[in-house]
Amino acid sequence: MWEYCGMARTEEGLTKAKGLIRELRNEFWNNVTVLGSNEELNMSLEKAGRVADFLELGELMVDDALHRRESCGGHFRLESQTEEGEAKRDDENFAYVAAWEYKGPDQPEVLHKEELVFENVKLTQRSYK
Amino acid sequence: MSVGTYTFRYSTLHTQFIIDMSKHMNLTLKVWRQKNQNSEGKFVTIQANNIADDMSFLEMLDVVNEDLTRKGEDPIYFDHDCREGICGMCSLVINGRPHGPNERTTTCQLHMRSFHDGQTIVIEPWRAAAFPVLKDLAVDRSAFDRIQQAGGYINVNTGGVPDANAIPIPKRIADEAFESATCIGCGACVAACKNASAMLFVSAKVSQFALLPQGQTERYERAQAMVDQMDKEGFGNCTNTGACEAECPVGIKLTNIARLNREYFTAKIFRQEDVHA
Amino acid sequence: MLDSKVPAGPLAEKWSNHKFNLKLVNPANKRKFTIIVVGTGLAGASAAASLAELGYNVKTFCYQDSPRRAHSIAAQGGINAAKNYQNDGDSIFRLFYDTIKGGDYRAREANVYRLAENSVKIIDQCVAQGVPFAREYGGLLDNRSFGGAQVSRTFYARGQTGQQLLLGAYSALNRQIKKGKVKSYTRHEMLDLVVIDGHAKGIITRDLVTGKIEAHEGHAVLLCTGGYGNVFFLSTNAMGCNVTAAWRAHKRGAFFANPCYTQIHPTCIPVTGDHQSKLTLMSESLRNDGRVWVPKTKELAEKLRKGELGPNDIKEEDRDYFLERKYPSFGNLVPRDVASRNAKEVVDEGRGVGKTGFAVFLDFADAIKRMGEETVRAKYGNLFDMYQKITDENPYEVPMRIYPAVHYTMGGLWVDYNLMTTIPGLYCLGEANFSDHGANRLGASALMQGLSDGYFVIPYTVGDYLAGLGSFAPVDKNHPAFEETRKNDRR
Repeated sequence: MWEYCGMARTEEGLTKAKGLIRELRNEFWNNVTVLGSNEELNMSLEKAGRVADFLELGELMVDDALHRRESCGGHFRLESQTEEGEAKRDDENFAYVAAWEYKGPDQPEVLHKEELVFENVKLTQRSYK
Repeated sequence: MSVGTYTFRYSTLHTQFIIDMSKHMNLTLKVWRQKNQNSEGKFVTIQANNIADDMSFLEMLDVVNEDLTRKGEDPIYFDHDCREGICGMCSLVINGRPHGPNERTTTCQLHMRSFHDGQTIVIEPWRAAAFPVLKDLAVDRSAFDRIQQAGGYINVNTGGVPDANAIPIPKRIADEAFESATCIGCGACVAACKNASAMLFVSAKVSQFALLPQGQTERYERAQAMVDQMDKEGFGNCTNTGACEAECPVGIKLTNIARLNREYFTAKIFRQEDVHA
Repeated sequence: MLDSKVPAGPLAEKWSNHKFNLKLVNPANKRKFTIIVVGTGLAGASAAASLAELGYNVKTFCYQDSPRRAHSIAAQGGINAAKNYQNDGDSIFRLFYDTIKGGDYRAREANVYRLAENSVKIIDQCVAQGVPFAREYGGLLDNRSFGGAQVSRTFYARGQTGQQLLLGAYSALNRQIKKGKVKSYTRHEMLDLVVIDGHAKGIITRDLVTGKIEAHEGHAVLLCTGGYGNVFFLSTNAMGCNVTAAWRAHKRGAFFANPCYTQIHPTCIPVTGDHQSKLTLMSESLRNDGRVWVPKTKELAEKLRKGELGPNDIKEEDRDYFLERKYPSFGNLVPRDVASRNAKEVVDEGRGVGKTGFAVFLDFADAIKRMGEETVRAKYGNLFDMYQKITDENPYEVPMRIYPAVHYTMGGLWVDYNLMTTIPGLYCLGEANFSDHGANRLGASALMQGLSDGYFVIPYTVGDYLAGLGSFAPVDKNHPAFEETRKNDRR
């Protein structure tokens, strides 16, 4: 995640990450062994459940990062930067909230959009020069 | 992150992090193992090999646990969460000292460079009647929550409060109240005390509110209620030896206990109407 | 298209008008409702306490051994509020504007404005609870400038603002537990959400001590379960922080918004080896006085990495203060995303320092010269101590080494203006929701959002939903949905 979905993201890296996450998930479900029983303080069990959920969320993160072909704030797509190397937004196409709907195991999630309306501030390129 | 016998690392995704240039050591651990609250516990000797000196103590235990799970043995249960010394969840008596050998350091901030190759380390849970062992090294500290519930608050509802700058508080007083408020509620003071007294913990909270103007209206009821609950939970009395202060990872001072005694004494001998008059 | 339910009208009046239009629950009827609060950090504890004060019955759940241990406790720097106590031109609109801009215009205007409005009330509330904020010699509250703001609007309690605010909310929660209005379940983890006829009506939990899987019913469920930063191998989150509650709710129909918005915090202690369990963050208030630099050349960096040269051997003219160079007006105080990316850039160029090369310097030599070591100690002493404990280096003598690490997630469950998710009766507060920080969060605004949601938003909005239910009947514990959800849980 750090390598491909961290501070700078590219289409290529994200696509690769998606494959890797799937592999990891398969590996996890095939190889996971949880020791101890259900009826006690059980660290392995606590962790196993949490990791399983993170592996699913990870894929959605990558999907979201792939679909947002602009840079904004903490999401930096190398393909979308200003000449000075700052994040370049695409307000025309991406001024919306991307809300994802779960459709079942291994089904692609469905994108819903909430358009962001700015009535009180003018959208500008951030500059901290 | 380690899960069962399968060591789960995002190895391919964090290739940049596999550089390791630290010194290594082998250790013998004598760890308290106890199945649950109702069973008897005992020390078990476990070998911890190839431990890097820049690991934290809990990371060392992580490594030992990965090893145990790989061997199909039950990993050692211990409490931990933030691993940056503030949440108060980690505990452990290490070679007889709560949070280990270093002063003003929680177990999670203790690093293996404080130990040497070949050393034997004895690891136990907090020992106190009011902190029953849940499993291995984890104890039940809910008694602390109940003491706070008895009076560790100012009766104020959300909304309808005065402006934050309406009551100036002298910096000296504010700073002193802050020092008392830094208690992380880990319970090392109880573990350090021969009497398993919780006076340092209780006095820190009582002091914070006794110093601040906001805490004045319920000052004495608070001291009494919290001390009563402390006694009810089965914590012992103060030994006056100061072990609590010496072992406190955030440096809560004994003067808090002196203040608590004064508050409690005042609450006992005067009627509420008189002290507030 | 999703309906955000943002009310019409001028920005500054939206929230007041909306509050008036929300339905109320009669005080005598509030006690007939039970509200489940999952997570007891700033958002959860403040919400649970405030709702219990109103008369609702509340059940709180946390996986830690006490509500006080939630990870809000680790926040160091401070909390923003548009008090303008410093007379430096701050206002609610300016805080709103800075937050919208800082989020790179990907947050909802109305939510952010409400957040700025509530910020001033939060400080009043916390002071009344006895939170020991830093003060000036005259006895009034002290402020500092923080994380890219050009006004001083950050209130703080040395380097542990999060712990002090959380203990304030925890004390309010304790008061309600004592009164019997809140039932607190510790060492419990939420495993699933129970949905009946499309409405959230309860949760399934695992008692971590006994392993017992339990069902809990309620008229509304509030998820205050924090972010998902631990999806990364290393982050500054606590070991236990997890996405399970939010993710299971997502699988039950709650939309998940903007998951790709994650924040990488620039001032963390760098990685040392493979065994490392987490990264430790240091407050970015350090950037107020510390100067970030790397050597100008790869060759010098190489020598530093090998230990042939020490940082103090690098001459002034061979140092590249890259943030000051590229951003003259904000300098070392640029927003987190900008500071992090630039650090990565110089490291990628081969100019990184430290044994691993994955670090840049944060240097206090100038600050010590300017203010004296004592002043620096008073301001940052605890952070310096922490750094020394972990790295075994003395930052008063050699520059700190820092590197970015995952720290906060702006994305989260989608919520409308009332903080309700796409499942009626399921609310989401604090870091777990997506609404206020857009694509990047400014410093000292996470604490503000958690408390704004908990103290000053949810007490109004949840009543509107409950009043609209049209019934005060308790949730049917024996409804088959509880058993079905319990069985479905794969653990």
